[in-house]
Amino acid sequence: MEKKEKTYVEDVDRSLYDFRNVDEDVYKVEEGLTPEIVKQISKEKNDPEWMTEFRLKSLEIYNNKPMSNWGPPIDGLDIDNIVTYVKPKNNKMSADWNEVPEDIKSTFEKLGIPQAERESLAGVGAQYDSELVYHNVREEVAAQGVIYTDLESAMHGEYADMIKEHFMKLITPDDHKFAALHGAVWSGGSFVYVPPGVSVEIPLQSYFRLNAPGAGQFEHTLIIVDEGADLHFIEGCSAPKYNVANLHAGAVELFVGKNAKLRYSTIENWSKNMYNLNTKRAVVEEGGTMEWVSGSFGSHTSYLYPMTILKGDDSKVEFTGITFAGEGQDLDTGLKVVHVGERTLSTVNTKSISKSGGISTFRSAVVIGPKAKGAKSAVDCSSLMLDDISRSDTIPVMEVNCDDADVGHEAKIGRISDEAIFYLMSRGISEEDARAMIVSGFADNVSKELPLEYAVEMNNLIRIEMVGSIG
Amino acid sequence: MSELLKVNDLHVSVEDGEILHGINLSVNPGETHVIMGPNGAGKSTLGYSIMGNNHYQVNSGKIFFKGEDITELSATDRAKSGIFLTFQNPIEIPGISLSNFIKNAYDTKNGSRSKLWDFRKLLEKYMEKLNMDKSYANRDLNVGFSGGEKKKAEILQMLMLKPDLAILDETDSGLDVDAVRTVSDGVKAFHENGDGALVIITHSTRILESLDVDYTHILVNGKIVATGDASLVDEINANGFEKYLED
Repeated sequence: MEKKEKTYVEDVDRSLYDFRNVDEDVYKVEEGLTPEIVKQISKEKNDPEWMTEFRLKSLEIYNNKPMSNWGPPIDGLDIDNIVTYVKPKNNKMSADWNEVPEDIKSTFEKLGIPQAERESLAGVGAQYDSELVYHNVREEVAAQGVIYTDLESAMHGEYADMIKEHFMKLITPDDHKFAALHGAVWSGGSFVYVPPGVSVEIPLQSYFRLNAPGAGQFEHTLIIVDEGADLHFIEGCSAPKYNVANLHAGAVELFVGKNAKLRYSTIENWSKNMYNLNTKRAVVEEGGTMEWVSGSFGSHTSYLYPMTILKGDDSKVEFTGITFAGEGQDLDTGLKVVHVGERTLSTVNTKSISKSGGISTFRSAVVIGPKAKGAKSAVDCSSLMLDDISRSDTIPVMEVNCDDADVGHEAKIGRISDEAIFYLMSRGISEEDARAMIVSGFADNVSKELPLEYAVEMNNLIRIEMVGSIG
Repeated sequence: MSELLKVNDLHVSVEDGEILHGINLSVNPGETHVIMGPNGAGKSTLGYSIMGNNHYQVNSGKIFFKGEDITELSATDRAKSGIFLTFQNPIEIPGISLSNFIKNAYDTKNGSRSKLWDFRKLLEKYMEKLNMDKSYANRDLNVGFSGGEKKKAEILQMLMLKPDLAILDETDSGLDVDAVRTVSDGVKAFHENGDGALVIITHSTRILESLDVDYTHILVNGKIVATGDASLVDEINANGFEKYLED
């Protein structure tokens, strides 16, 4: 295969994500889900005892919970066919890329991760199937007391109590069926702790790559940003395409301390056989700020609604998101905000694009609690449909339990007008370029929020998706 | 001298039916033509048809540009060969700055990437001529522009792209006296800077005051019913279209 660097080039195509490695010599559990399989995973991972119990309890909850019946269909997903744990061969997490097995290392090189690490990141975690293969953080960042490591080793180290205290406390196995599944079979992910007052100047990034066909990825990300601290965390994910269903049911738990700030950026580019049923949640203490930047481009079906609990007074959240649903994709994305404290503030700006029969649904819930005096919420979502066979829906829910609150919602759904295309063409721009220009323009105020290399990538994705779309 | 534009017995329709019933028009390089007519006569349809808006269906007849049959060409290709149309209601395109948009079109037309610095200097020169604040260059294309600024932005594009034929569709409508004068000066500058031809579709005559008109055509009910020189403009100005509506 021709060598290309993903991150810093203008010309990206799907083949950059679609390469697969042969999964020989890997350790994997049987397909499906039984207490034996869960115990086997737990043993393989050398869990502390409380974690083994937690897993088995989660499995029980999973078995007793009904499937949800309100979102896109997930009939194509049969847990009995999903391999829940796949350990890469010779797995041993390393802080040196040279110690990572060659084909896995080359995977991440093609995805541009080591290069991005050298140029613009403070630390990187790389997960391949169910386990981390690489984790490293710059010395000067570590010297500030910042912890960035895998959750498994953290559970046995100095931060064991902190993890036990926070793990699946924000997202509990009782929340929904896939949260329970996650609790039972989770593996991999990252743990970040930023001590009080520490500001991490450049971002940390975790990248999740799922290579095994018919497998699930269930990584758990736990981030604690202590009082007055500041962090930008980037999460990227991709997978090659297979003909069988793959499942991603990760969980992200974010704790933003008093006057702290966390920006969490995600670019999700799963292949189109992926069921992305991911759960993300943040709790923000007094005066804290949570910023979500979310780009959803891949997967067959997505359920993704990052939730923010504005617990402390004067805490706030900003949510910026874009969803691009192409042929065969049903992407149900949005967010939830719960205003608990006084003068809490939420600002939401999302864009969704659907084409070639893709379905994109924006689902939001804003809850203003009875004590959230002076709370303000502004939700703005726009959708663009590129043809007559695509769909776009907006389902906003607002629950206001406090008189003294200001809640606003604005939704726009539109199509690319022929007149706009003609206008651009009359200046010598080709029809294809005209469409791409209008779509990138539509997404512009969101792509500006993305880390630079991802903004370039997003524009390229839009361009790739657009090419060939002219009947 | 060979004709720049030749329209031969052009019949054009939209869903509702035929709008143009056999238009003939010849424009030579450097000429200024004015097309006048009452509302709904088909003036804008003629402009769109020459530019190649495929919403307007050519039933019969041909359009030639520089001797080549362009009846089947896309708007993109027509623009590349040197035709330009200013829009009556320029479209707002969020997320693309006026400057980037013009640069994109400018580089496409010239077939090479211009240096940003040189491009910017040229752009600002013309913006100054049109009394446009420089800040408009960085604003999203037409988004939130006033009617007058939108029209100026159209003329700015024309000045930058230097087409061989510019069709101005109601560029003066909705503008105050000062804005019309500015736009008119811009059009004059375009005309004096080369041998670009103009087809000016208008209701009023204010935009024509500083221009030398070669031909005036009266378009009524999808047909050109009279053609004359500049004096026809004054006649219409004094008497209206009544005389031409009777038949």
